[in-house]
Formats: sequence, C-alpha cells, structure tokens
Amino acid sequence: MTDLYTVTDLHLSVPDLTRKPILGPAPRIEILKGISFALPKGKILGIVGGSGSGKSTLGRAMVRLMEPTAGSIGFDGQDITHAPEATLRPLRRRFQMIFQDPMSSLNPRHRVGQIVQSPVALHGLADPQARMLEALDQVGLGRSYANRFPHELSGGQRQRVGIARAIALRPDFILADEIVSGLDVSSQAQVLTLLERLVADLGLTLAFISHDLSVIRRLCSHVLVLHQGVIVENAPTAQVFARPQADYTRDLLRAIPLPDPDQPWD
Amino acid sequence: MSFLVIRNLTARLKGTDQRLLRGVSLDVAAGEVRGLVGESGAGKSMIGKAILGTLPKAVEITGGEILLDGTDLLRLPPARRRSLIGATAALIPQDPLTALNPSRRIGGQITDRLVDILGWTRARADARARELLDEVQIPDADRVLGAYPHELSGGMRQRILIASAFAAEPKLIIADEPTTALDVTVQKQILRLIGAMQARHGTALLFVTHDLGVVSKVCQSLSILYGGLVVEDTLARDFFAGPRHAYSRALLAATPKYTDPQASLVPVPEAVLAEVQAEVAAYDGRAT
Repeated sequence: MTDLYTVTDLHLSVPDLTRKPILGPAPRIEILKGISFALPKGKILGIVGGSGSGKSTLGRAMVRLMEPTAGSIGFDGQDITHAPEATLRPLRRRFQMIFQDPMSSLNPRHRVGQIVQSPVALHGLADPQARMLEALDQVGLGRSYANRFPHELSGGQRQRVGIARAIALRPDFILADEIVSGLDVSSQAQVLTLLERLVADLGLTLAFISHDLSVIRRLCSHVLVLHQGVIVENAPTAQVFARPQADYTRDLLRAIPLPDPDQPWD
Repeated sequence: MSFLVIRNLTARLKGTDQRLLRGVSLDVAAGEVRGLVGESGAGKSMIGKAILGTLPKAVEITGGEILLDGTDLLRLPPARRRSLIGATAALIPQDPLTALNPSRRIGGQITDRLVDILGWTRARADARARELLDEVQIPDADRVLGAYPHELSGGMRQRILIASAFAAEPKLIIADEPTTALDVTVQKQILRLIGAMQARHGTALLFVTHDLGVVSKVCQSLSILYGGLVVEDTLARDFFAGPRHAYSRALLAATPKYTDPQASLVPVPEAVLAEVQAEVAAYDGRAT
C-alpha cells in the first residue's frame, strides 16, 4: 500500500511574542518536536492529545496552512514542506479541511449553495453548480438547502455543509479538526456515520483530530497520541485501547467519563 | 421541601405560539446534584436562564412557578427578585473565556460581586478571593489575581469561575456545560473540583449537559428533556441501570463509550424521534 502522507522528523516553532524584548528577536516556542509517521491511502488516522499537545498545529502543517521549521512532509510523493504558494495552489484542491466551529467557518452572508460552490469555481473545475448539488446530496442535506443561510441550520447541519464544501472538490485527503466536539451526542453520531460512509464511497484518506478517544475508536483504523509536541503512541486503534503503551495514553483513557456510575474514576 | 422547586413551567417565543418549555417540573434539594440533559434546542439552558432571570427578551414565561426556598421568583417584583437571586444563586458558565472580561484583572472580577451585591468591604472581599483560589487549588494566588484572563489556561479560567460562583456561599448553583470547552484530563479535574466544592458547601447544583458520561460521574438525579418537555425524571443510578423512556435509551446509546464502540454513537432512530415528537404534540393538544 502506498502512503499518501510521509512525515519525517517534523519540527515547528513560533515566536513567543509575550517574551519579546524591545529590540531583537523573540524567543521561539517549539510546538512540534520531531514528528514522524506515514499515512497510507484510504485510511482514517486519529490524532489525539490534550489542549496544547500540538495536534491542530500538526494538522495545519499537513495542509500547509503553517510552514514547518524543520523536517519534511511528503504528499503523494511530492515534498511540500517548504513549497511556495504557487506550487501549493494546484495541490490545495487535493487536501481539504473541515473546521471545528461550523458557525465561524461558514460565511454568514452567503447561502449554502454559494459556500459549497465557490471553491469549486475558484479551482476552475467544470460545472460548479452540478458538483455543489451532488455534494449536498452526498452529505444527506438535499438540494433544497442550497438556498438557506448558515444561521437557519442546526449545528449538525452546518457541519454537513462544511463536509459538502470539502468533498465537492473531490479531494484525496481531508483533515477534520475536532469537527464533532461542538455537537450534541446524537448529531455527533450522525456526522460520524456520514463521514465513515463518505470515506468508503469516495476513497478518501482522512486525518481526524480529536480529544475524544471514544470517537476515535469508533472511526479510526490507526491512532497517533500526541503529548507536548511529541508522539507518545503510534499504533492500530485496537491495540491502543487494549494495550496502551504510554502513561499519557492511559491517563487519557482513564479520564473519559463513561456513562456508567460504576466506572472507577479516580 | 427542596431548595429549588420548579412546577409546570411554560415558556414561549414572544408574540408567537411557538412553545419552548412545556410544563417543566423538577426539584433540587440542598446538597443534591441534578443533571439537566438533552440535545441542543431541548430547552435545558433555558431552564437555567429562567431561574437566574437572564432569559433573552424574545422569550416569555407563560405559566408555572420557580420556588427558591419557598419563594416564587415569578411573583416577586423585579428588583426584589434580582437581589434574592444575587444573594442565593450563582452560575458556572460554559465558556470560561467569554465569561471573563478580557480587559480586567482576575481579582476584581471575583470580588466585584461581593462588594456590589453583598456590600462587603474591599478588604474582606480580597481576603475571600485568596481563600477561594486556595480552595479551587490555584497556587500562587497573588500572581493569578493580578493576571488578565488571556494569561491563564482554559482549565485555570474555569477554576476562577468556579471560585467566583462559590464566592458568596450561594445555596443554588447552575452549571451550564462547564466542561465542554476543556479536554478530558482537565475536564476530570474540574468535575471533581465542582463535586468536592458542592459537597463541602452543601449547595444544590443544577448541572446542564448533553454528556451522559459526565452525568454518571457527578449527578444523583437527572431530568431528560426533549422539545422543552421532561420525558424522564429519575435517579441517576436507576437511569444507568435501565432508562424507562425509549428516547432516554436512544440518548444513552448515542453517548460515546470507548469500551463498547459498536454499541455507542448510534444516532437516535427515526421511530424513537417520532414517538417523542408525538408526546410533545399530545402535550400541546392538552395545553390548548
């Protein structure tokens, strides 16, 4: 099986502006400290960690919204670590992102149709409207939603619009950053079921960032556990849950409140 | 009699016949934690806001009683009601960042309430703030009291809000999804902290959440809401042993459970939704 992503010894640091002296450069904070993994085509990779673990930064580096400081990211055989925007532009159609907060990631003044359609037109693809309608069907919203505004939709429906916008471009890879954490459990279940089906139907590769290991277990075939910018666990999902290797993974598992009053929780 | 008693509370969108709360009744005794559970739009936050008198202007209470220690809040003149709520009830809000004023230091944000509403002296309020930070296990109180919200982590900010809620020794606290913005390890610390504070102070706590996992850890009783209607009111232990209502069972099956991935995160089936919607319609039929 070929790897869609190959990430090798990835480092990323940002300037710490709260400690910047009046003259001279700010000291740097290391967010990612040497991350290496491969993501095979067609797989769903879960990326887990607490706040500040660097999981969103890693995701943003993978879709090159942030530029790594050192190391390399290969996408489908092409090194995109420091690729300039001109080189990235044609690739951007192929790696899409779904954001955490569907309200702030959808333009409130645009109708759903326009939101889903304009990236297709922007990439110069044929027949944007047909693709938009098809994508709305695929996420189970139906074509009548094309004329609605985001504020007329529920949280789960908004997140479906985010998914439709991503798949309308027929990408190879989708990064989903905490896309269900703002939804209530029933909508979470619906969005996850949808995502699972789309990955299978469209042959997508997915990286799913979450702090919720229960969701990861349901969806992902492989898990990376991040803690303070380092991978502490990289294993198939079943193994992570059956035999967690790292102390941090065990802490995470123990902290999840199961709907069971008899679960020891200390 | 329980400290908080809500009887047959109804509310609607002003100027329409759109019902938001449909005859809600529930009790919370001193020292009890009751979970208020439902999906978005079920009306769970609205009940908290109805108690605290912070409902949006578009929402109108059309009937029922909210008794706080026997006094019906809905029949008090507004000024009396505000002072009673200020002195006896408090809120732990969902989002610790938006709940704090970003341009003011933490210290003042804890003590203002004590000085303005309860008429304490500055010195007494300052001493109380220090004591509270100690109680919510924040070391280095001086630094934190002088800090701005953006300088603190999410967990730390939520501790500040818990300290602030308990500051005036309220008899009732409403916690509105206090841990949804936090990751699981911090959530665990915060829930245990809320539980410990509540038990020590004997506060009645109304815990609004959509997460039944959280309910099983902190609540003794719970009300399940759908469309502003209480579909099940039960003890937590009985609920987790076997929910009575089909909708509650579906909600439990939708709750993520990493130990049993096949039997969790199941969307609520259409048939169950139809059943509970029929109950809502039947209520409306009786009420008109």
